[in-house]
Amino acid sequence: MAATETRPAAAAPVQVVIPPAGWRADLRGIKVVWQRELIRFWRDRLRIVTSLLQPLIFLFVLGGGLAQIASAGTEGVDLRTFMFPGALAMAVFFTAMFSAASVVWDREYGFLREMLVAPVRRGSIVLGKCIGGATVASFQGLLVMALAPLVHVPYSAVMVLEVLALQLLLAFMMTAFGVMFAVRVTQMQAFMALMQMVVTPMLFISGALFPLSGLPRWLAVLNRLDPLTYAVNPLREAVFSHLTLTPAARAALLPGITWFGWQVPIALQVGVVVAFAAAMLSVAIVQFRRA
Amino acid sequence: MSDRAVEVRGLVKRFGDVEAVRGIDLDVEAGETFGFLGPNGAGKSTTISMLCTLLRPDGGDARVAGHDVVRERDDVRRNIGLVFQDPTLDGYLTAEQNLRFHAELYGVPKAIVPERMRMVLEMVGLWERRGSLVQTYSGGMKRRLEIARGLLHAPRVLFLDEPTVGLDPQTRASIWGYIEQLKEQEDITIFVTTHYMDEAEHADRIAIMDQGRIIALDTPEALKASVGKDRVQLQVDDEAAAIAALRERFGLDATIAEGHVTVAVAGGEAFVPRLFAELGVPIRGVSVARPSLDDVFMSYTGTTIRDAEAGGGPDPLMRIMAGRR
Repeated sequence: MAATETRPAAAAPVQVVIPPAGWRADLRGIKVVWQRELIRFWRDRLRIVTSLLQPLIFLFVLGGGLAQIASAGTEGVDLRTFMFPGALAMAVFFTAMFSAASVVWDREYGFLREMLVAPVRRGSIVLGKCIGGATVASFQGLLVMALAPLVHVPYSAVMVLEVLALQLLLAFMMTAFGVMFAVRVTQMQAFMALMQMVVTPMLFISGALFPLSGLPRWLAVLNRLDPLTYAVNPLREAVFSHLTLTPAARAALLPGITWFGWQVPIALQVGVVVAFAAAMLSVAIVQFRRA
Repeated sequence: MSDRAVEVRGLVKRFGDVEAVRGIDLDVEAGETFGFLGPNGAGKSTTISMLCTLLRPDGGDARVAGHDVVRERDDVRRNIGLVFQDPTLDGYLTAEQNLRFHAELYGVPKAIVPERMRMVLEMVGLWERRGSLVQTYSGGMKRRLEIARGLLHAPRVLFLDEPTVGLDPQTRASIWGYIEQLKEQEDITIFVTTHYMDEAEHADRIAIMDQGRIIALDTPEALKASVGKDRVQLQVDDEAAAIAALRERFGLDATIAEGHVTVAVAGGEAFVPRLFAELGVPIRGVSVARPSLDDVFMSYTGTTIRDAEAGGGPDPLMRIMAGRR
């Protein structure tokens, strides 16, 4: 059946036939939401700059300031070099949260409704949002990546690719995580407060800013439960594998992640992030269907 | 499949203990302009949300463009266009980008998008401004753009939820101009809610909704004819005395509406001289009006739509009593 019948009128309108729902419609939905995310990110240059500020402050102000005190424990490695992978994670992290926050924004300004009544599955809207968040956040991560030489990390194509892949994954997970909450929250202030409460502790606990060796027991337990841990550690591995470190420095700064004394392989760590991302995406989609 | 654009049977929606829509029946024929009238809070938006698949009904059935709003949600969505009370545009995008996204979300074939886009933008007079960011648009322009967007995918039924609310009279008039023009150009059914009584005159048929129920449904002319009486409004110092005198001397039930003693009388002009001669209460002014949709609303609910929105009129008791009559 044709979706529209048109009468031969004086000003004959263009014949429009809207195709039925299906996977093509869902793909279109994903693409539209993704594109919109990119356009909006690009329009908002101020956001690009401000999201860069946070990791840079941590890296150069905090890292630079503490470098003297910390030098005893870093086995000759510049604290800023150590914190660099953490800054890479942070850049991605905050940008991804911002993308998720736009769901709240869209609700407040009504655009969400335009997407909710469209003949596409809600899951494709969430998926588009997460892919969009992952794309813009990874771009932001690349900008921080470009600063590598400033913290004594030489460029390497392999490293950049590894880092980029991990950032994409981390950003996807964080956008899904944010959307999960954003769907439920109707006010921007509430979302921002919630994120401050949840995200900042997650970031600190993940070990983005300190090595995982010799943590107090309670902190070590929290650290293993934090999904971010399993993204930050591979990021650090990816960067540090291109540095020449003394065995002592490696042991102190890069002890890896252990579960009850068992060394978790990098592949499994990445697998944990994938699993978290998939779980968060599913929850976000279910939440969104009810919205 | 029937060729009715909208078919509603016993539709119910509850929010907690509140029954917002209390079992309504409704038929809208294809090609009709259907006005949905009532004060704010009457249940119009809730009804429209159910018809647009945004809210799940708690009871009853509704079919839009031949599809069930619960079981065939996506089919309904493909065939309807929506213009909401509140803006749903992305202010950070240009008008053209907003439309392009809409076209893609609905799967409008790529080859016809430019032509179709030009047509709808020209219709609402925004073609020249298509490259501007929507956040630079005025309220009226945004509403016009929403209408253009709602039409982009050539829906069979266009829902307009208070399309003119908050706009200046000139823009309101021009929006109704587009709607009329649209009727000539496209084979489309228009379902429009409004709480401006004068705007409802544009509709082929009108349903009046109050407190979750449809209390009247007919053409504007038939509804007005059913009232049959003129509305006489009196400005007096002692309103209670005037109401009592009207009852005693003329056997008429008067109410206070919009701050004036109001009474419905057949042949209002001839009644005025008698009023001055026989009322016995000093009168400061009188106005006589032919029946309008306001009077229709009043004759069914005992209050004017403006008073209903103000929270039951100057005397809430009067509304309750009138409602029980």
